[in-house]
Amino acid sequence: MLAKRIIPCLDIKDGQTVKGTNFVNLRQAGDPIELGKAYSQQGADELVYLDITASHEGRKTFTQLVTRIAEEINIPFTVGGGINELSDVERLLNAGADKVSINSAALRRPELIDEIARNFGSQVIVVAIDAKCIDDTIHQNGDPMIDGTWRCFMNGGRLQTERDLFEWAKEANERGAGEILFTSMNHDGVKAGFADVALRRLADTLTIPVIASGGAGTREHFRDTFINGHSDAALAASVFHFGEIPIPELKQYLIGEGINVRL
Amino acid sequence: MKVAIVKYNAGNICSVINAIKRMGIEPILTDDADELRAADKVIFPGQGEASSTMEYLKARGLDEVIKSLKQPVLGICIGMQLMCKHSEEGDTECLGIFDTEVKRFMPQRHEDKVPQMGWNTVYDTKSKLYEGFTQPEFVYFVHSYYVPLCEHTIATTDYIQPYSSSLHKDNFYATQFHPEKSGSVGERILKNFLEM
Repeated sequence: MLAKRIIPCLDIKDGQTVKGTNFVNLRQAGDPIELGKAYSQQGADELVYLDITASHEGRKTFTQLVTRIAEEINIPFTVGGGINELSDVERLLNAGADKVSINSAALRRPELIDEIARNFGSQVIVVAIDAKCIDDTIHQNGDPMIDGTWRCFMNGGRLQTERDLFEWAKEANERGAGEILFTSMNHDGVKAGFADVALRRLADTLTIPVIASGGAGTREHFRDTFINGHSDAALAASVFHFGEIPIPELKQYLIGEGINVRL
Repeated sequence: MKVAIVKYNAGNICSVINAIKRMGIEPILTDDADELRAADKVIFPGQGEASSTMEYLKARGLDEVIKSLKQPVLGICIGMQLMCKHSEEGDTECLGIFDTEVKRFMPQRHEDKVPQMGWNTVYDTKSKLYEGFTQPEFVYFVHSYYVPLCEHTIATTDYIQPYSSSLHKDNFYATQFHPEKSGSVGERILKNFLEM
C-alpha cells in the first residue's frame, strides 16, 4: 500500500532557509543542504525547496543550490518559486529537481500546466494553491471553513483573485497537474491543524494526490489530515525546523494510529 | 570499476549519475556501443514514454547493443519496461529481454490514483540485488504502467493488484522503482548491484 508522505518545506532566501509566519516575519533556520540531509536521514519522504528571492541574481543562486541538493540528497525533492515559463522548468529539472511547483504563473496563464505536462510529463508538476476562506459568517458549528467561499491568491498570498479554490484545483487536475499542494492561508502559521474539511473535498473530487499545507502544530494534526482530510501527504516547516515535532517520533505515532507511513 | 549509464532521450538520468557518484564512483554517460560493452556494469535508467524512447534506441542501434550485453545490467523505471517484450504504452514492441507484457494500471477505487507516485513496499525479494533484505522495505515509485507477476519477478509490490516491482534474467536486473531516490534502502540495492 502506498504510504502517506511527510514533507518538510524549506523556504530559501539568499541561499539560506527561512520560515515565515502568516507569510511575514521571516526567521533564520539553517543551511538548506544540511537541513535537507538531516530530514532525509530522519525519514522525511520528500523535500520541498521554495525560492522566495525575487531577483534575477537570487534565481541564479537558487539554481546552483538545486544542483548541489540533487548531488547530495537521496530522496525526491520539489522546487518552486519564481517559475514563470517552460524554460524555468527546464532549467530546474536539468539542475536535478524531481518536480517543480508552480503557483502564480499557473493562475496567470493556466496553459503553462498543459505545456509542462506535454514536455516533461504530469509527474513533474505540483500545482501549489494559496487560498483563503473569505466568509465572515461563523456557522453553527463555529467553523466558517466548512462550506465557505475559498478564493485563490497569488504573489505569495498578497493578491486575491476571483478564482474559486475547488474549481481551480479541478481545472489544474484536468490540464495535467501531477499533484495539488493546497495551503490554507487561514490555517498557515496558526498551528491549530490543517484545513481538513476543504482538503477532504479536494481529495475526494480530484484524481491526483493532494498535499496538505498550513496549520501543523501537533502530531494529532497530521493524523487528522490523513484520516479526516483524506490528504495523501502533509507538508510543514517550522514544527520540523525548530524540532517541535521530530519526524521519527511523528511517524511512530502515526503508525500507532493505524496510518501507513514509511519507517 | 567502470560504470556506464545509457545515454538516450529519457528524463531524470542525472539523478542516477548523482547516486553513483555518492557511492564514490564516477560513471560515464554514453550511447557508444564499444564504451557500453567495455563497462563492468551498465545502468539503463530514465523516466519517459515507451514508444518515443524505443524509437530513439532503435534509430541508434542501441536496442541491439543493450540486448547483447554480457555484464550485469540494471534497468530502472522506463528502462525496466523497455527491457520487456511489449508495452501497452503507445503499443510498443520493446527489447524482449524479459518475456512479459507491460500493462496500464486500471484504477478500481477513487484512491487508486494513476500514476502511482510515492513510497510503497517491495516484498518477496530474491536474487543478489536484494542481498541483506529481511523484511518488506519502502522504495520510491513514479509510474502509470506495470509488469504483471511472471517467472522473472524478484520483488513484488501491491498497488491495485500485486505486480512485479523488480525483474531478473541472466545478467539483466531491473527495478520499477527508483533506487537512486529511495534513501538508504535504494543505496543498498545499488551497492548490491555494483558488487555483483
